[in-house]
Amino acid sequence: MNYMGILYSVIVVASVGLFIGIFLGIASMAFKVKNDEREEKVLAALPGNNCGGCGYPGCSGLATAIIKGEASVNACPVGGETVAREIGTIMGITVESTKRKVAFVKCQGDCEHTRMDYNYTGQQDCRMLNFIPNQGPKSCNFGCQGYGSCEKVCQFDAIHVINGVAVVDKEKCKACGKCLEVCPRNLIEMVPYDASYLVACSSKEKGPATTKSCTIGCIGCGLCKKNCEAKAVEVNDFLASIDYDKCVGCGVCAEKCPKKCIVEK
Amino acid sequence: MNDSIVQLIVIALGSSLVSNVVLSQFLGLCPFLGVSKKVKTAAGMGGAVIFVITLASLVAGLLYEFILVPLGITFLKTIVFILVIAALVQFVELFLKKYVKSLYKALGVFLPLITTNCAVLGVAITNVNLEYNLLTSVVNGFATSVGFAIAIIILAGIREKIEYNDIPKPFRGMPIVLVTAGLMAIAFCGFAGLI
Repeated sequence: MNYMGILYSVIVVASVGLFIGIFLGIASMAFKVKNDEREEKVLAALPGNNCGGCGYPGCSGLATAIIKGEASVNACPVGGETVAREIGTIMGITVESTKRKVAFVKCQGDCEHTRMDYNYTGQQDCRMLNFIPNQGPKSCNFGCQGYGSCEKVCQFDAIHVINGVAVVDKEKCKACGKCLEVCPRNLIEMVPYDASYLVACSSKEKGPATTKSCTIGCIGCGLCKKNCEAKAVEVNDFLASIDYDKCVGCGVCAEKCPKKCIVEK
Repeated sequence: MNDSIVQLIVIALGSSLVSNVVLSQFLGLCPFLGVSKKVKTAAGMGGAVIFVITLASLVAGLLYEFILVPLGITFLKTIVFILVIAALVQFVELFLKKYVKSLYKALGVFLPLITTNCAVLGVAITNVNLEYNLLTSVVNGFATSVGFAIAIIILAGIREKIEYNDIPKPFRGMPIVLVTAGLMAIAFCGFAGLI
């Protein structure tokens, strides 16, 4: 038996281990990172989808920002009020209630109401359409092209292309804003969850041009503006828009609209 | 003197390109496939691996030469090398957490996984098996890890492009990455005639 061999082995491995232990101990003290324990609590309260809807890189990024005071406690669009209140208690701040928002696609030019000028067989991605003739085969150059870039980017299964137009399921929508970013035509807007009437068109063409490309597009006639008693409707660039703070939800605009492009939600 | 420099260059070229650690020895495939989604994180991983392997081959070489050989306990090399590597990885982790937090977050679980990255242990064992001295060991370690960095950065670059392509459904995700890695390995065979 080689007792010395065994002894040497034990000594060598033990001393290497001991040295490493001391070395790492010193290193961990030298490189100590101050961790705020509130940060971990805030991170635990956040939904953990890492969707980036708040504008920070994932939930841990937002947690850091909240602790630093860069972001407000209700900065998470996905978690909404419950999460905001939870974080508020961790941070010792009372949170006033926030209004829930949802995404809304300002277009309803589906296959029945618009036409295809030609057959497009290229890449099925809305962002590619800027490179192809007439910005896509659909007759309207402002509306939804229906290739579903928003659908692909949605983590919550809340937006789907139905009959050639993206439609948001407002119950599922968490208002992360991913679809807003990806839509090359900026068709999607954040609207209050309880908004009663919405303009479902984005065409800034003059009336005749809009009529040619879509049977349900806003022609900028201004009837809605004239009839709105709350002065909530404005018409700019031949396109109506509703101020949701002023809107009382009477529905006159939708009733008077000759093109039926103001829709009730 | 000239000869030794030539020998070092040959070792460096050999282990970084000709017998590339990932593409011809198939070591360290886990981070190669795991952290190659973005060029930036891939470069960070490459940097961390370069640091770990170079330092590991130096420390492992020292330990082997001055402790294990004189005491006649070279059979302990695997366990001692793993200890050294684990400590170095831990050190890199502490360092990155303090100074390069974004990289620390991007690397995530793959950073501690360098510990079990067989490329690191592979280099240390190769150095011993080929009876490299300290200098050649360090050069070999450095060159091997540079080879790893080259491979992972190229793959990350290709993967960034792949994102925009319309890939047939069965190939989406990991399959196309593995096919790509295979093609890269074939391409790297072209270096075989270099030395």
